[in-house]
Order: sequence, then C-alpha cells, then structure tokens
Amino acid sequence: MPDSNAPAEALRHRFLTLEILRYNPQEAGSLPRLQSYRIEEADGMTLFIALNEIRTRQDPTLQFDFVCRAGICGSCAMMVNGRPRLACRTLTLDYPDHITLTPLPFFELIGDLSVNTGKWMRGMSERLATWLHGREETVDVTRIEERMEPEVAEAIYEMDRCVECGCCVAACGTAQMREDFVGAVGFGKIARFRLDPRDTRTDDDFYEVIGDDRGVFGCMSLLACHDVCPKNLPLQTQIAFLRRKMAMVG
Amino acid sequence: MHDRILITQAGLAERTRKSRWPARLDLLQSATGLLLALFLCGHLFFDSSILIGKDAMWVVSKFYEGYFFFGKAHPWLVSLVAGLLFVVFMAHALLALRKFPVNYRQYRTIRAHVRAMRHGDTRLWLWQVYSGFLLFFFGAAHLYQMAFWPQLIGPHASSDRIWSDALWPFYLILLTVAVLHAAIGLYRLALKWGWPRFSRPVLKFLRGTLFAFFLTLGLLALAQYMWIGLLHSDHYGERYTPSWAAPETQTAQGETP
Repeated sequence: MPDSNAPAEALRHRFLTLEILRYNPQEAGSLPRLQSYRIEEADGMTLFIALNEIRTRQDPTLQFDFVCRAGICGSCAMMVNGRPRLACRTLTLDYPDHITLTPLPFFELIGDLSVNTGKWMRGMSERLATWLHGREETVDVTRIEERMEPEVAEAIYEMDRCVECGCCVAACGTAQMREDFVGAVGFGKIARFRLDPRDTRTDDDFYEVIGDDRGVFGCMSLLACHDVCPKNLPLQTQIAFLRRKMAMVG
Repeated sequence: MHDRILITQAGLAERTRKSRWPARLDLLQSATGLLLALFLCGHLFFDSSILIGKDAMWVVSKFYEGYFFFGKAHPWLVSLVAGLLFVVFMAHALLALRKFPVNYRQYRTIRAHVRAMRHGDTRLWLWQVYSGFLLFFFGAAHLYQMAFWPQLIGPHASSDRIWSDALWPFYLILLTVAVLHAAIGLYRLALKWGWPRFSRPVLKFLRGTLFAFFLTLGLLALAQYMWIGLLHSDHYGERYTPSWAAPETQTAQGETP
C-alpha cells in the first residue's frame, strides 16, 4: 500500500553543517582554519554535490577537485570526518548532520581540499618503475599478443582497478610519519607487475625497489589502506604476499 | 666491507645493490616477537600452577632447576634461560625501536592521525608502542631479577617476593602490559605475514580471547601468590618443600642448594 505521507517525508530534509578546512599556501599570510557552511540536504546527495552547491551558491573561492563524478578518476579524495573517502561516492545520508572535510594529508596541498596526488604518484611510479618490463625493447603492434590465462588476466585486472586516489596513503600511519614510504598504492602496482607473465623482472629486481624500510619492510600492517580503499582492493593479502616474497630474497 | 663503508659515507648506498639486511631484520623482529609471546604464554601457565596447589608450583619450579633430572636443584639453569631470553628481549626491543616515532613531529602526526581516523588497528599499534616502551623497564627488571636471583622462585619464595617485598604492583603492571603487547603483537604478526590464513574478524576474536584468557589466568595466579604471601608473612624467608620431597631443597633464603 502506498504511503500517503511519502511526499511530505521527502520534503523534510536535514540541514547539514559542513566544516571545511580553508588554507591557501599560495597566499601570503594565509593560515589554516575551519569554515562552516550550512546547506539543505537533498535526496541522494553526495559530498561532491554538496561541495558544488556551496561553491555555486555560497563561496566561489572554495577549492576542491573532481573530474568523473563516478568514483573512477580518484580526484575527489578527501578526509571526511577524519577518514579518506571519495567525495563523489559518499552519501551525506550516511553521516550525521555535522561533517568535517579536510584535504588528504601527505600530498602537496594546492589549496583548501585540493591536493596534488598526481605529482607524488608520478614520483612513486618512476621510483618503482611501475611499467611493463618486456623482453623486447620495441613493441610490434602488428603482431598478435601473447596468450594469457584468463585467471592471470583477471588477477592482474583486479590490481589494475586502482584509481590512484591516494586514500590508502592518506590513511597510512607509517606514511604520515615517514614521508619516503612507498605506500599501499606502490605495493599494489608491484604486485600487479609481479603477476604479469610478460614482465621479465624477478623477485631480486623487485627487491631492489621495495626491499627496505621505505618499502615493504617499513609497512607496519596497520591496514587502514585496506579498510579505506574505495575500490576494495585486496591490499592486506597483497602486501603480506610481497613481504613473504621479499623476505625470501633476503 | 671497507668499500661499502666509504660508498655509504659518500651517500651513495642507494646506488648500489640493495642490502639484504632489511629483510633479515624484519624476519628477526617477527621471530623474536613470536618467541617472546609464546614464552609468555608458557610462562603464565607455569606461574598459574600455584592455582592447583603449592606442590604443583614446587614441582614446576624444581623441574626447571633440573631437580628431577640431576636429583639436585640447579637454579643457574633458570639463570641461563633468563639470560638467553634477555638477549632475545633486547634484540626485539632494538629492532622494534626502528618503528617508534623518533621525534616530536612524528609523534604529534601519528597521534593526531590516530585520534582523527578512529581506526582500530592503527590505534592498537600506538598501544603497542606505549606497552613496548613500558616493557623496556618492567620486562628488563623482571628478567634481570630472574637471571641473578633464580633461587627465589617457589611457592613461598615467590609469594614472599610478591607480598612481603611489596612487588605485587610491579607484577600487576608487568602482567597487564606484557599480555596486551603480546596479544596485539601476535595478531599483527598474522596480518603482517598473511599466516595463519584466518579472516580479520577471526584474528580479532583470537586476539581478544588470548588477551582475556592470559590476563585472567595471570591475575588469578597473582592474587593467589599475594594471598599465600600474606598468610606466610610471619615466616618470611622460609622455603616450601612438599613432605614427600627430599629435604636437601629446604634451605634458607639465598642459599642455593
């Protein structure tokens, strides 16, 4: 039986207070502070929608990043009530009416909620050489690709789902203390290329990039990375697996 | 070796083949931790033999002094084990120190991170740091005492030490901190190496069960030693020997047979 009160219920939205960290490192004299914004919640509202609402109607100076709005690009990661999340995948409904938003720690701050994850990701990628190291110097695109077992392809794809949002690094206690720590995103990439039969690198080669305290032996297994990953990557098992393999090299 | 030192001094260590030591040290930290945690479990079982009776505790203490093998108690055997454990303990402490926050900035960062994130396992790690720090002092003092005064282990000797020598607050803190550190440590060890392959909820349950069981066992045993110590306080220093045992073990305090 349809609920006769349903339209009235739908109209009764909460008013949310979003407390947002404001700071512009480019601006001389700018000091970090928290600024409150009050908005009316809408049906199916995500934090991404709420932030756009604030920027459009209340404060055009508010800085935050987004591209895809669908949890694919990883641009809108931020700390929501102290935990890293993708703003576009976070429903305000799942939170109390007071929400704090701060930028991801660890990464270079551009301003307010906007951070330069790309710069760090590129540095990490270059440091760990996270690309396919094939047998041949040049790739012949006219030749048919080598066969790969579907299970292997699926396992590789599982790790390839990483969107490099930076949530795992922002959640990592080790990374907060030690800035040169590789982080789960780096381990995930190594695990991915280690699985790839086309990659010629051995465990000895992988040891050269993650076989120290800045790498896998620095990981303290706090597993916040695993718990906050928006793509639910199996980081816990992958890091433990890499640790065992690298320990065997040692 | 000389080349390596000069290359490292020149700041070029990262340009050479990576050292295998980080892997060995990581393994060693885990292995020493596992050994100490397992020893603690066994130790608490032996301690709690007092809950069965004075005779049971006497048998256990004399067993480790080799009484049933040599027909004579040799407390130096306990000293030897305590000494070896001290080495393992120091190795573990040294290796674990690498993970500690080493300056105020790091400590402030991790503390704020723990408070803001409200993530259970991250908070647990900080507890492990605190408990590990306390163990530097309490664990070391206990091992030192056992290494140098091994003859002071027995139903009455231990009870006198705990009650009349007023060491029960020391043991209360040591017990709580050691069991907490070991329970969290074993849990994190399983996560770290991915073995045993239990799910995280199962491992969390085991962690809680281990902590509750060994803490309860230890507290009961401590209470029993305190009770015996209280009743025995008028005869402080007198040793306990079961009526069926040889009288050669009946000696005054400090006089090792």
